[in-house]
Amino acid sequence: MEAVVDLHDAVVLLGRFPALAGVTVTIGAGELVVLRGPNGAGKTTLLRLCAGLLPRVRGTATVLGVDTEHGARALARRVGLLGHRNGLYEDLTARENLRFWGRAIGASRAEQDAALAALGIEGRLAEVAVGRLSAGQRRRTALAALAARRPELWLLDEPHTGLDTDGRDRLDGLLRAAVVAGATVVLASHDLDRVAALATRTLTLVGGRVVGDELASVSPVEGGDQC
Amino acid sequence: MLRTALLVAGKDLRIEWRSKVGMVQVLPFAMAVLVLFAFALDGNRSTLRDVTPGLAWIAMLLSLLLGVQRAFGPETVDGALDALRLSGLEPAGVFLGKAAALAAQLLALGTLLGIGVALFYGPDAPGVGGWVVLVTTVVVATTGLAAVGTIYGALSAGIRVRDTLLPILVLPVVMPVLIAATRAVEASLGIRAELTDAWPWVGLLAVFTLAYTALGLLAFGPLLEET
Repeated sequence: MEAVVDLHDAVVLLGRFPALAGVTVTIGAGELVVLRGPNGAGKTTLLRLCAGLLPRVRGTATVLGVDTEHGARALARRVGLLGHRNGLYEDLTARENLRFWGRAIGASRAEQDAALAALGIEGRLAEVAVGRLSAGQRRRTALAALAARRPELWLLDEPHTGLDTDGRDRLDGLLRAAVVAGATVVLASHDLDRVAALATRTLTLVGGRVVGDELASVSPVEGGDQC
Repeated sequence: MLRTALLVAGKDLRIEWRSKVGMVQVLPFAMAVLVLFAFALDGNRSTLRDVTPGLAWIAMLLSLLLGVQRAFGPETVDGALDALRLSGLEPAGVFLGKAAALAAQLLALGTLLGIGVALFYGPDAPGVGGWVVLVTTVVVATTGLAAVGTIYGALSAGIRVRDTLLPILVLPVVMPVLIAATRAVEASLGIRAELTDAWPWVGLLAVFTLAYTALGLLAFGPLLEET
């Protein structure tokens, strides 16, 4: 299986604190990997390293064949990251946000509108300024912006946060569809019951190290609903 | 690059149009500065007329700081800067777009400030040649200010103390603009100088503007990566 993420003894410092203290892991194409672990385990840092947003001080880190030291720009358009924050402009409407990010990455209007619809942001709701939407609706808009990119590697940090049951179901369907289409998904979550139904593999991080690596016994991706 | 610049400038101007911060905060602030100077100088009309150009440019510089903070606020408040870094947009185009939007706002502000100056300080109206110098000076100087502001806005965008750091970084750098623009406008209004004395100062402003625009085009990529 082709390696999408290939980290070897990767060390990342946040200030002087080793947020990643020597992580070695390989993630192949089409995997849906859940990162779990206590607060401060290094899940967010691992995701940001994979996006090329953080420098490492030791080891190697290759994503989609690109050394992450070349920075986020080298991975642009191939990697989509949704962190704790949504990356939206509050004074623009949901649709205007999609238009901006869609044009930035070359997604067509049809793809942008389809992504909004897939997350349930339709009609008048799409014309409301993001700053006036609820936390869940903002999260849906951010996920739509990510989906419109159709990245090869999805990096998601607590993506279910703020979503209602319908939103969570739509997100799960979106992730399953992405994996079926050949994308790779890495997501950090504390909502273990829900993500266990999605994961093809679970990595456990503690203290900046991978201490557990479990494969799912069945393929949840093939068994779930498609979006 | 031009396509990126237009996309980013359009987005920034749309955000400004929606939020109306320039109209309801920056413009009243600049006008208040002018009025305070008028009170401080005891309402002596001949004194006011002589110091008009310098006071107007000080008001512009102080307004620039608010404008820069406003230009980068939406990029940082919800993590849009990370999305921008992962969008694949050319950094030089992003710089041009943000600088162009800022310059457009400063030009609008400068026009309204000019009306305020005429009302409060009552300078003599310039002749045709004076108008040419005045308009050229305002356009070149505000473009230079926007270029500097965009560079330092990006530099300080990811820093927690950016609001207090920005004036310390920007004000010393724009001193040449304050001096050259003041002298050029004085000459355009016939205050302590002939009209022909203005052009060397306009030339200095043009060199400053070109230098900082070139620096921004070259340095904005690394600045975005490091922010």
